[in-house]
Amino acid sequence: MTEQPMVRFDNVSKRYGALTVLDGLNLDIARGEKVSIIGPSGSGKTTVLRMLMTLETINDGVIWVEGEPLTHMERNGKLVPADLAHIRKIRAKIGMVFQSFNLFPHMTAMQNCIEAPITVLGMKRADAEARAAELLDMVGLSEKKDHYPSQLSGGQQQRVAIARACAMRPKIMLFDEVTSALDPELVGEVLEVIRKLGREHDLTMLMVTHQMGFAKEFSDRVCFFHAGKICEQGPPNELFGAPKNERTRQFLHAVLEAG
Amino acid sequence: MGIRTLVAMLVVALVVIGALATQESYKVFMPGLLQGAVLTIEIAILGSLLAIVMGVLAALARMYGPAPLKWLATVYVEIFRGTSALVQLFWLFFVLPQFGVTLNAFLVAVLALGLNVGAYGSEVVRGAIQSVARGQWEASTALNMSRPQMLRRIILPQAFVAMIPPWGNLFIELLKSTALVSLITLSDLAFKAQQMNQNTFKTIPIFTLVLLMYLAMSLVVTIGMRLLERRASLGLARGKAA
Ligand SMILES: Nc1ncnc2c1ncn2[C@@H]1O[C@H](COP(=O)(O)OP(=O)(O)O)[C@@H](O)[C@H]1O
Ligand SMILES: [Mg+2]
Repeated sequence: MTEQPMVRFDNVSKRYGALTVLDGLNLDIARGEKVSIIGPSGSGKTTVLRMLMTLETINDGVIWVEGEPLTHMERNGKLVPADLAHIRKIRAKIGMVFQSFNLFPHMTAMQNCIEAPITVLGMKRADAEARAAELLDMVGLSEKKDHYPSQLSGGQQQRVAIARACAMRPKIMLFDEVTSALDPELVGEVLEVIRKLGREHDLTMLMVTHQMGFAKEFSDRVCFFHAGKICEQGPPNELFGAPKNERTRQFLHAVLEAG
Repeated sequence: MGIRTLVAMLVVALVVIGALATQESYKVFMPGLLQGAVLTIEIAILGSLLAIVMGVLAALARMYGPAPLKWLATVYVEIFRGTSALVQLFWLFFVLPQFGVTLNAFLVAVLALGLNVGAYGSEVVRGAIQSVARGQWEASTALNMSRPQMLRRIILPQAFVAMIPPWGNLFIELLKSTALVSLITLSDLAFKAQQMNQNTFKTIPIFTLVLLMYLAMSLVVTIGMRLLERRASLGLARGKAA
């Protein structure tokens, strides 16, 4: 038998009222795989990540993580909607980085990185600080550890946010357009950190991005979303080099025109 | 108004009280009025503490509590906001004993004013919590915090800053409502003033002193809240200049 996928979306649907945002999504992501999600605005890319992070509930289907249900739990051999305790147990494997950073403004970079390890994982402060120091070093911000978010540039804030997410040792990291809110000259430093993370850590990564160059170079697979469905997916060379679907071609063409 | 101006006003008020107190026609009233002021301050402080506790508990219960708690908190807030503090004082002091529960006047004063202001305070707490950016909840969720952990460590510290000015107003409201307790046999500052006035008809000195005393007390509250606000927003505002 082959290894369990790290993440499995099994016929997952998401609706807001009458609006179907995701329509029967099926997507498997292997351990350590780097998957990029691209597609036009409003196609449901963010929603995919938010459902996996349990920031949104789902209307249909099941999301699995390492062979265990995330959105559901087993009761008498049947799957029932998960309770919070179950969600928290599985969610511990997932971390997320947001477009708008969402650092805690009343805490320094260091405090941002040790908060959850101490309160959630119950780590000793000294251990949490040692780990956070390593991570802040990895993102190149050792000197800024005592700065508050408002004293950091957007790129620096986003790098702290990445360190903060890593401090919880997730197996899966989600990135939602993490460079979209940045000035162009700051995009590179954040992408460099993500590259490093991909190399040094055995992380499964799922990222929504508009950086086509980065998606092409970094990902093992690219999924093109359109209107709540995966319209086309494949290795970056194929999807970018020889897109089969007309919509993919149109989208890539439009993006290249703009970029 | 800047803190400096407020402090200057407070100093002026205190100096004027001091100067008047040396005058023969004012001097005689000082011991009685100060006695009343002490009781007023005691009730105001204890009432404010109760208001904070009730405000936070009621807000959390209404926002995150299980259905029965939610219901209970809503009933509490609506009753104490929807009826006057005076009626609440009377009810606790004159009606409750008919049901076999007799509380002393001081306790009734603290309870009634604290519960009354706490009901308004719960709305302040609720508004401040809702004013914290949604991204903060989401980031805490992504870090797998529990609801209580998020509230305690992330949301409430940020909401706290937004709560300080409206709580300052409520504390001053509470301070002023303490004058009502004279109606349930307590000898607070307002009561002492009325009593002395009835006995001596020295209206001008008595009520001038009383006015200045209330003003001084509310200035202390305002200045205290300003300092607290400045301190609490330090982390948030630090480098807003950066
Ligand atoms: N909370 C919400 N309520 C209603 N509609 C929403 C909500 N969140 C997202 N949507 C809608 O869902 C669709 C997909 O959104 P999203 O996943 O953010 O798209 P993308 O990230 O691809 O731009 C959009 O049409 C958006 O307007
Ligand atoms: Mg999006």
